[in-house]
Amino acid sequence: MMISVENLVFHHPRSTFTLRVPSLRVGKGERVALTGPSGAGKTTLLNLIAGVLLADQGVIRVGGVEPARLGQAGRRAFRVRTLGLVFQDFQLLEYLGVGENILLPCRINPALKPGPAARERARELARRTGIEHRWEHRPARLSQGEQQRVALCRALVARPPCVLADEPTGSLDLATKTRVVDLLLEECAQTGASLLMVTHDPALPARFDRTISLGEGG
Amino acid sequence: MGSLFFLAGQSLRHRRGQTAVLVFGLAVPIYLVLAVNGLVLRYQDSLVRRAEATPLVAGGPGSRFDLVLHALYFRGRVPHPLKMADLAAMRETGYALPIPLHVRHTARRFPVVGTTLDYFAFRRLEVAVGGQLLQLGDCVLGAAAAAELRLGPGGRLPTDPDNLFDLAGSYPVKLLVRGVLSSAGTPDDRAVFVDLKTAWLLDGLCHGHADVTGTNTEAALLLARTATNVTAGAAVPEDTEVTPGNIASFHLHGDPADLPVSAVLPVAPDARSATLLRGRYQAPESTVQILAARGVVEELLGLVLRIKRFFDANALLVAVSTGLFLILVVLLSLRLRRAEMETLFRIGCARGFTVRLVGLELGLVASMALLVAGAGIAITFALAPAW
Repeated sequence: MMISVENLVFHHPRSTFTLRVPSLRVGKGERVALTGPSGAGKTTLLNLIAGVLLADQGVIRVGGVEPARLGQAGRRAFRVRTLGLVFQDFQLLEYLGVGENILLPCRINPALKPGPAARERARELARRTGIEHRWEHRPARLSQGEQQRVALCRALVARPPCVLADEPTGSLDLATKTRVVDLLLEECAQTGASLLMVTHDPALPARFDRTISLGEGG
Repeated sequence: MGSLFFLAGQSLRHRRGQTAVLVFGLAVPIYLVLAVNGLVLRYQDSLVRRAEATPLVAGGPGSRFDLVLHALYFRGRVPHPLKMADLAAMRETGYALPIPLHVRHTARRFPVVGTTLDYFAFRRLEVAVGGQLLQLGDCVLGAAAAAELRLGPGGRLPTDPDNLFDLAGSYPVKLLVRGVLSSAGTPDDRAVFVDLKTAWLLDGLCHGHADVTGTNTEAALLLARTATNVTAGAAVPEDTEVTPGNIASFHLHGDPADLPVSAVLPVAPDARSATLLRGRYQAPESTVQILAARGVVEELLGLVLRIKRFFDANALLVAVSTGLFLILVVLLSLRLRRAEMETLFRIGCARGFTVRLVGLELGLVASMALLVAGAGIAITFALAPAW
């Protein structure tokens, strides 16, 4: 089992929102769509799984590791080693070009170096998402769709065993959306990575192995 | 560490405008504080060294500061010059060799220093190119003056007119450059040295003109003619250049003992002689004052340093306000870059990494500011005169 969540309770510190997830499991290599209405806590759940937020109750395990039991440095190392994260709002560094944004995880991971192999891998991902011609461009010069593709490439460049994607296709046109999801599914299939992807698009869950729906309040 | 440098470098490059403003904002106060302090120390040092090399300065009554600045640095005029008779009296005491200085004129804005060859020996000034003063109308240039005027031996240097509207005043004279001195790193480098008689020529106390004693001289040029005496008028054209053809016609008017010198450097062989000489001129009715240059310069520096302390207090205020300005910039920058910091944290960077990243950016900005300020200081020191 790649991801397992048991009896999770999380009270948001700055609102009355409480997320409750009695049980959630994502197997190794499994590709799961996470759906639910706005405000259901999908993004919060991804942040809890990533160890960015800590649950008030319950247990979360990712690849057999319980991030909540790790210290700050441990959780950081865990994220670098285990997870590929795609955010709702891309979160690219404005002062880096496309290539360097994709290679960012390699720069901050002591085990990875932005050497020729990583560079080749980044170029390949950029080629497959159709943004290779933008390699030197800064995010400000890219469309939203292109920015999301860069964010996707960044999440996949280090071949993480688990990818958490927070609605990566929300701002994309149909053709680009299809291309991005194809890449995400194909890449996870190739590397055997598990994928948990938040989506609001009713057409997408059918392409995943399974769909988990999060109701109001979790 | 390499990644940290890479990201910091990319970030600064991306925000070129902001980086340039920050670098400039930091470099200016650093430059101002260091340059002012450096220049003050440099001038202080050269002032003291010059004063130490000139134990005694003599001159007419008046401001001791004016007299020392005039005798040591050829700056300003002294209100009461001495006479050659005073110089002779000083020599007669046997306590010192009095070296006369007569500095009243300029040539292309460089002070023209009338003196004797003793001055060159006293200051250990050596001729680098050409020769020493030979005759009336010759000059020897200090190294910096020669370089700025682009003149060498054989060149002609006109003196500056005293007053363009004073038709009866002294006329500019074309000096013949005989030689150029080696650089000494003192005010002598920026002086034009002439013989005392040439200095009096510039004063109008010595002049040369065509012979007016002949019977064929136009009557309009003469004020009076008797059987034994001819009095020429101001209409007689004076020579403005000393040449082999007219040098014999130059002559002094008046009593040689009354001819002026603006200052005297009494060179005493030992401390005892210097003290005895000063004792001779201690009387309140004495028309000659002899000063210990070092003491006067130190008194002057004391005044300057009081002003400098005011500048230092200002510099402290500037440093504090620059520091506050930087803190504000950093806080605003952190706020603006919160999303970037959050991204770095989420994808696995420690919070410390982002702090180090901002710290490194600040360090790089500070280093660039130091480099810019250093370059500015180096240029300032290269362009500023050595004394």
